[in-house]
Amino acid sequence: MSFTNEENWMLGAFRALDLTNENGFLCGKILGDLGADVIKVEKPGGDQARNFGPFFKDQPDNEKSLYWFAYNNNKRGITLNLEEKTGRDIFCRLVKTADFVIESFPPGYLEGLGLGYEQLKQINPQVILTSISPFGQTGPYSHYQASDLITMAMCGMMSLAGYPDRPPIRVSVPQSYMWTGMQAAAGTLLAHYYRGSTGKGQHVDVSAQASMLCTLAHAPTFWDVNRVIPTREGPIMSGRSVTGAKMRTIYECKDGYINFIVYGGPAGRITNKALTEWMNEEDMATDYLKNKDWSTFDIATVTQEDIDQIESPAAKFFKTKTKKEFFKEAIKRRMLGYPVATAEEIFEDPQLTAREYWQKVEHPELGTEITYPGGFCKFSDASCGIRRRAPLIGEHNEEIFEELGFNNEDLRIMKQSGII
Amino acid sequence: MEKRVFEGIKVAEFGGFAAGPGVGKMMADFGAEVVRVESFARPDGFRTHYPPYTDNEPGLNRSGCFAIHNNNKYDITINLKASGASEIAQKVIAWADVVIENFTPGTMEKLGLGYEALVEIKPDLIMVGSCNQGQTGPHANHPGFGSQLTSLSGFTHLTGYPDDSPILLYGPYIDYIGVGYGIISVTAALDYRRRTGKGQYIDLAQYEGGLQFIAPVLLDYLINNRVATRMGNRHSTAAPHDVYPCLGEDRWCAIGIFSDREWEKLVEVMGSPRWTHDPKFSTLPGRKSNEDELYSHMAEWTASFTAEQLMERLQSVGLRAGVVNNMKDLYNDPQLKHRHIWCKLEHPEMGSFNYESPAFQLSETPAVIDRPSPCIGEHNYYFFTNLLGFSEDEYNKLLEQNIIG
Repeated sequence: MSFTNEENWMLGAFRALDLTNENGFLCGKILGDLGADVIKVEKPGGDQARNFGPFFKDQPDNEKSLYWFAYNNNKRGITLNLEEKTGRDIFCRLVKTADFVIESFPPGYLEGLGLGYEQLKQINPQVILTSISPFGQTGPYSHYQASDLITMAMCGMMSLAGYPDRPPIRVSVPQSYMWTGMQAAAGTLLAHYYRGSTGKGQHVDVSAQASMLCTLAHAPTFWDVNRVIPTREGPIMSGRSVTGAKMRTIYECKDGYINFIVYGGPAGRITNKALTEWMNEEDMATDYLKNKDWSTFDIATVTQEDIDQIESPAAKFFKTKTKKEFFKEAIKRRMLGYPVATAEEIFEDPQLTAREYWQKVEHPELGTEITYPGGFCKFSDASCGIRRRAPLIGEHNEEIFEELGFNNEDLRIMKQSGII
Repeated sequence: MEKRVFEGIKVAEFGGFAAGPGVGKMMADFGAEVVRVESFARPDGFRTHYPPYTDNEPGLNRSGCFAIHNNNKYDITINLKASGASEIAQKVIAWADVVIENFTPGTMEKLGLGYEALVEIKPDLIMVGSCNQGQTGPHANHPGFGSQLTSLSGFTHLTGYPDDSPILLYGPYIDYIGVGYGIISVTAALDYRRRTGKGQYIDLAQYEGGLQFIAPVLLDYLINNRVATRMGNRHSTAAPHDVYPCLGEDRWCAIGIFSDREWEKLVEVMGSPRWTHDPKFSTLPGRKSNEDELYSHMAEWTASFTAEQLMERLQSVGLRAGVVNNMKDLYNDPQLKHRHIWCKLEHPEMGSFNYESPAFQLSETPAVIDRPSPCIGEHNYYFFTNLLGFSEDEYNKLLEQNIIG
C-alpha cells in the first residue's frame, strides 16, 4: 500500500487542554501525534516534572529536561494559576474552545476549585474530561499517593519480575506513567468517537494501577483457573508447559546477553530446527538435537529433561557468538530471538532507519536539533509524528491569550499578579 | 441504556495470541461486533500451547490465556488454505468495518486478503496490520513474538540488577503496547472515516510503539552519550526507594521517599529509632551514598508489619507506599474490586472465569463484559446464516468443502 506524503492530521480540528503531571503526559502527546492542538497548562513557574532527569548535556535546568522533551512535544504551553479566581475564569474561557480536558490532580481537587466535570459540562456540554490518578477517582485507595514504584508494585507486575532470592523489581525507567497515559488516550478517543455519533461528552476515569494489569498477560489466570500463584523466577520462565518445565529466557553471549526461548507452535518448531542446523554447521549440535523430530515438538507437554537437553548445548553455542552475529543469523534463518539491546544498539538498527522512524526536531533555544522516536504508527491516509518540540515555561502565553481576546495590557496585569 | 461506543461497528480479526486480539477485545468490551477468524487446522496459539488449562488438561477451549484475551467475541473457523476459502473470508471482510491482523507481514497477501485486494471489495475499510518490525524495511518479514521483541526494544537491558543478568518481563510485554496504540489508531481512523468517508491502512510496528516508552533513555544516549542500564529498584533522586520485606511468606511493601521532608515524616512513623539520628541519613545525597545500610535498617523495621498495615500507615501520613500485589492479591484488592475489574462469567468448558475490564471507565458508556470467550468455531452457524445471510444449503456446502473447518 502507499503512504501519503502530504500532511493530513486526523485530529487537526480538535483542541486538548493538558493539565497533567508525569502520570498523564503521554495522553496529550498521543493526541498531539495525531494532530490535535494540545495546550499544556502549567502552574506559574512550570510543572514539577521539568526537574526530572536526564537533562540536556547533563545540565540540571527546568528548561532542559529530556524527560519533559520526550513526552511534551506536540504541545503549546501556557502558565495559569488555577487557585486564583482570574486564573479560573481564563481557564473557563479556554474550556469553551476545547474538545478535551486532561488532568491528573488528586481526585476531588478540580471539584474543589469549581472546575469538576459537572461544572465544565455547564460551560461546554460536549467536553470530554479525562481524569488520571494512581488508583481512580473513587474507591478505598482513591486518595493514596503513588509514584512509578508504587504503581508497579500494586498492579502486580513486580511480583513477576526479579530473582527468587532477591526482592521483586521494577523496570529501571518508569513504565507506569507511559501505560497510564496511553490508556488515557485510548479512553479519551473512545469517548470522542461516541461524541461524534451522539454529540455527548463524558468523564473518563483512568487508574494507573489498572492501566498495567494487561501487561501481566495470562499470569493472573493461573490463580483463577488452577489456584497457582506465578512468581518471579529470574531469567527463566514457566507457564508454558503443563509439566511445570521451566525455560531459560536470557543467555550470555560473547559481548552481553541474548534473548532466546525454546518455543513450541509452528514458529518455535522452525526456530528449533534452524538452530540445530546452525549449530551443526559449526559442529556444536548434540545427537539429541540432531535426532529430534522438531515437527512434532509440543511445548505444552514438554518435560524439564527435554528442555535441559536442548538448552545446555544451546547455551554453550551462544557463548561463541556476539549480539550482532546472533541478530544477523536470527533474521537470516527466521529464528525467534533477539539481542538484549541497549540504547546505543537500538540506534544502529537498520530497520528503524529504513522505515524513517527517527525524527529530527529543531531546538532553536539550544541552538541544535534533537533526534526523537517518530510516529507510533504509519497511516496510509494520515500523518502521525512530531510537529513541534516541547514548550518552554509559558512560551505560548501571549499567542494563546491573544487568541482568547486578551490584549497586551491584560497580559501585563496577569503576569504582575501571578496569574500566568 | 445509552448507545454503546462502537455500536454498529463490525470487526473481523485474523491472527492470534495477544497483539491483534487485544485490540478486538477492547472494541468488543465497548459494543463492537467482533468476529474471530480461526481454523481447526491453525487454532490460536493461546489455545494450543499456553497454559493454564482447566484441571491442568490441555484442550482448545480450556486455556485461561486464550480466555482473558477474547471475551465478547464471535468465533468462526475458516480453513484459509482451502480452495475457495479466500472468497468466503472476503465476504466476512465485506461485512466488516475494521480488519485487525497480526500475522507475519506478507501472510494476508498470500491468502488473497491483502489490503489492496480488500479495498476493492470494501472501499472504506480500516485495516490494521500489527507485527514486530513493521510491514516494510529489511527486517519486516522476520517472525517474532513480544517475549523476544521486548529485549530488542531495550526493556530487558533496563530490568534487573547492575551486577547480574537482565530479566525478561513476564509475558509478551511489548504486545500490549501494540494493543494500546492499536485501539488508539483504529478509533482515530474510525472517527476520521465518519467525517471524511475515507478508510485506511495502519502499519503498526510493535517495536516502534515500544520505543516510545523508553524515549528519555534514547535521548540520553544521543545527547549525553550515556547508555542507561538496570539499577534494581533504585532511583537517582529518591531514597529509600525499594521494596521491603514484611510479615508472611514472600510479602513486600514498596516505599518511595522523594524529599527530606518526606524522610522526616517516615522517621516519625518509625518512632525515630537511633540509627536515623546519624546525620548521614538526614539528606538525600547522604541516604543515596549509604543505600545498602539504609536498606538493612529499613528492612529490620518493616519486617514486623504486614505489607497492608505498612501501606495504610504510611499512606495515612501522605507517604507513597504500596503492597507488592501477587496474582492472588489482585482478585482481592479492594480498589480493583471497587472498579469491577474482574467480571465473572460462566464458560461452557472452563466453568466460572474472571474476565478483565479496561483500565478506564467511561461515565456514560461503560464497558460491558457479558459473553465468555468463545469455544473454537462456536458461532459458525450463527454467524454465516444470521449475520452474513447464507442459506442452510450454502452453509452446509461450506462444511462439505472443508472451507468451514
